[in-house]
Amino acid sequence: MWKWLHPYAKTERAYQLCLTLQPWFWVGALTCLSIGTVWGLAFAPQDYQQGDSFRIIYIHVPSAILSMGTYVAMAIAALVGMVWQWRTAYMSMIAMAPIGAVMTFIALFTGAAWGKPMWGAWWVWDARLTSELILLFLYMGVIALYGAFEDKQQAGKAAGVMALVGVVNIPIIHYSVEWWNTLHQGATISKFDNPSIAPEMLWPLLINLLGFAFFIGAVTTVRLRNEIVLRELHRPWVQALAAEKVSKQASSVPNANLKEGN
Amino acid sequence: MTLYHGIFKRDMHIAFKQKAELVQPLMFLLMVVTLFPLGVSPSPDTLQRIGPGVIWIAAILSSLMAMERLFRDDFQDGSLEQYMLSGMPLPAVSAVKVAAHWLVSFVPLLLLSPLLAMFLNLTVDMYIALVLTLLLGTPLLSLVGAIAVGLTVGLQKGGVLLALLLIPVFIPLLIFATSAVDSAALQLPYHAQLAIIAAMLLLAAALAPFAIAYSLKVSQN
Repeated sequence: MWKWLHPYAKTERAYQLCLTLQPWFWVGALTCLSIGTVWGLAFAPQDYQQGDSFRIIYIHVPSAILSMGTYVAMAIAALVGMVWQWRTAYMSMIAMAPIGAVMTFIALFTGAAWGKPMWGAWWVWDARLTSELILLFLYMGVIALYGAFEDKQQAGKAAGVMALVGVVNIPIIHYSVEWWNTLHQGATISKFDNPSIAPEMLWPLLINLLGFAFFIGAVTTVRLRNEIVLRELHRPWVQALAAEKVSKQASSVPNANLKEGN
Repeated sequence: MTLYHGIFKRDMHIAFKQKAELVQPLMFLLMVVTLFPLGVSPSPDTLQRIGPGVIWIAAILSSLMAMERLFRDDFQDGSLEQYMLSGMPLPAVSAVKVAAHWLVSFVPLLLLSPLLAMFLNLTVDMYIALVLTLLLGTPLLSLVGAIAVGLTVGLQKGGVLLALLLIPVFIPLLIFATSAVDSAALQLPYHAQLAIIAAMLLLAAALAPFAIAYSLKVSQN
């Protein structure tokens, strides 16, 4: 495992890995999201209590689960960076932060849109909503702290400490519906032994969950590549890459010139 | 041991030399609390209901102002670097500094609390619960806050960023502390909330010194 992972501490190998993974992530995201969303929104049966408005679950639950998942991934990346001094770990941590923040925002927004018909209010200070809002603040704190430093290596370390401190919030969000008896409904799909949701409703949800995960993976690889190129501009391999890009563009430019010349 | 005692004495000495920095957060706290009867409603019932929350929020806000003092001067005059070079374990040094900081910035707040409780018409039961949550909760504020102070100490404009980083982390403490006082208002037992705060405090006391030391090293680069 160690021998297999260690080369990816080098930025060039990590960049190549991103390039290889990216198309797979995009294909997975597009397939899963289109199947899951169409199945969930058009073909899944109506809920006996909530009618059609329960269908927002197909966006709300995957984004909520993955907003937490992304935070955990970010904290793990920070820990890896701290323990083994991998620069790429910090880079991937900061690549994930805005994506997780957007997922959190989507979860809050769809939750509000779902709450309006069900509870009669856009926003209720219920335990799960509040802890999810704190998660959004934590993401913003990590991003702001990273942005405040000039030296990006130092910034990664500092933001990593903050990301690890914030991990305490994750179990609070997860167990909030069990610890506090509030308005938000209890867990439906995370009970693997006996899920309290009909299978024909569950399958599109799981497919969409996978699709969201692939999507986050795809966007993370794009952002990580950007981050690597930006931070490693002085390295020969990045310059070679840039030179390659420029020569490719240059070979297409003469045609354009010819057209203009005519 | 004498070394740590020396650091502690030095910090206390410096704190009492800069009396303005000691008093200002307390004045701020007092003024924030004064705003609520004027802004919300001066009726004793309303004040009693919102009182514990107001005192806790004001305490958190004023602690954010005082928090920056924790490492700023030591960072600027180079004493922090000396601590790192001295060979003393940095987590222990930071624990001593946090303890000194708690004594000079939160103990005055505790002394001020009877006045605040009187302003907001708290009953005796509520006041006892409030003091107990403050006793357990404010060291937690100091310990966790010191991590973020360590991270932002090298930055030019750390003030607002510090609030942005710390307020979300303090929210769970605020929830449990105010719920303890609410239970006390209803004559219900509030051991559970106190136990949770105590558990958080113990966790922070065990881990925070190491996190503070690491964040100081990051800032010192």
